[in-house]
Amino acid sequence: MIDLLALILVFSGIAFFFFGAIGLLRLPDLHSRLHALTKADNLGLGLVIVGVALLHGSPLAALKLLLIWLLVLLGSAASAHLISQYALRRRRQ
Amino acid sequence: MTQVLLYALTGAVLFMLGVRAALLRDTVLPRLLALNVSGAGVFLIFVSLAYRGDSLPTDPVPHALVLTGLVVAVSATALALALNRRLREMDNE
Amino acid sequence: MMSQSLTMLPDLVLAAMLIGLAWAALSSDDLRRGVVLFIAFGLLLAIVWARLHAPDLALAEAAIGAGLSGALLLVALRDEAGGKETAGRVSQVSRWMVDLFALIMACLIGWVLWLTMYAEPAERLAQLANSMLEHSGVSNPVTAVLLNYRAYDTLLELVVVLTAVLGVLVVGRERRGYRQAGPVFCGLVHWLVPLLIVTAGYLLWVGAHAPGGAFQAGATLAAAGIVLRLAGNDAAGLLDGMLLRWSLVAGIGLFLLVGLGVTINGGLFLQYPEAWSGSLILVIESAATASIAAALVLAYRGGRPDGWLSVADYDNNREVSR
Repeated sequence: MIDLLALILVFSGIAFFFFGAIGLLRLPDLHSRLHALTKADNLGLGLVIVGVALLHGSPLAALKLLLIWLLVLLGSAASAHLISQYALRRRRQ
Repeated sequence: MTQVLLYALTGAVLFMLGVRAALLRDTVLPRLLALNVSGAGVFLIFVSLAYRGDSLPTDPVPHALVLTGLVVAVSATALALALNRRLREMDNE
Repeated sequence: MMSQSLTMLPDLVLAAMLIGLAWAALSSDDLRRGVVLFIAFGLLLAIVWARLHAPDLALAEAAIGAGLSGALLLVALRDEAGGKETAGRVSQVSRWMVDLFALIMACLIGWVLWLTMYAEPAERLAQLANSMLEHSGVSNPVTAVLLNYRAYDTLLELVVVLTAVLGVLVVGRERRGYRQAGPVFCGLVHWLVPLLIVTAGYLLWVGAHAPGGAFQAGATLAAAGIVLRLAGNDAAGLLDGMLLRWSLVAGIGLFLLVGLGVTINGGLFLQYPEAWSGSLILVIESAATASIAAALVLAYRGGRPDGWLSVADYDNNREVSR
């Protein structure tokens, strides 16, 4: 039962990655691409990580996975901000 | 065994691609990029030969060689970039 | 058969993506695009190392191959921006020559592969390395090879790194620093740099019995320095003056001291007494971590720190004082 739940979580996470990638490829400009990418990947990775933590079962591993997710959140939020700021500054010039 | 062969051949292809690009490009940065890729190909050949299936322990000797190789590659790249920058400065003077 | 081809599927995808990324990075005319693709290539390679049961390499590749090489190449792009590229055409004949050369190399590599895989039922060093592990003072076989069995190699490799960074120092002055970063990036740095330092310490310590060690720790520490420089700290967290010089040579110095100490006590050079080897390896690795990190960060800064004199400056000063 838990395995099934975990698999559903992992696969819905993968779906988020998939739609994020489509958004990256198909959306017209940088800001909307960033929007698609960061939203989809953050949530997608979160779902994958919850699924994997359930599959693994040990609380210590779950803690490590949570830490990974938080670091990726921190990194992707900051880098998305930096990229969009750079783009804005270039457009003003 | 097939995995070993697959990755070793991939390494050989990467090496080839790198060498070819290093010889055909005529500016420094693409060449450095190409040399790094061909280096990665060599590392891949080494490490794939060290892998002996999931059951046997891998051979640590090639791993150690590749580990030092990675550090040497990045320091050589740094030196090449510094030389390139100095050459550029001398051109501008 | 079905199950085997299923387990091969991720390998096939990985191999195809590696070759595709390398091709895209190398054939791209836009350099920035090429470098970014190369960083992606390095990250993918880290996954391949993990797949081939080489976690030590996966750590090192993610930090060094993808992270530091990428950072070095990206910062070099900034230098390129001013100058103009002379894109000469390569003649058709030399194209053919290069392709022929690549083909010959391919045959040679194929021959070597065939030799190692089938012709010689190789007497592998692996068995020897793994069977002597309990005498080496550590239980991670890669660390045992690096710092015990083949300590000579690692000592000389540290010399290579030092030589390269001395070359960088001799050739030019460091690049201009960056302006103070905005609040978001500073916030990230406040979290990231302490975390990287703690991770480096952990990798150094854990290297004795699990994937990790001086190279990975040094690279992680160097990454902390680079992040600091990007945020506007021009020294990139490095010490200044004499202390920086000492930290550059600390790894080699301690390595040699240990080697000499062992020799004086009647052993062979770098052949540690068994009871001491674990702690000696840790001491050497700690110093090597500091040296590697200092060297890599200096390489990223791109040359002599501003206060340091070059040979030419020194000569000029002597002329003046006469």
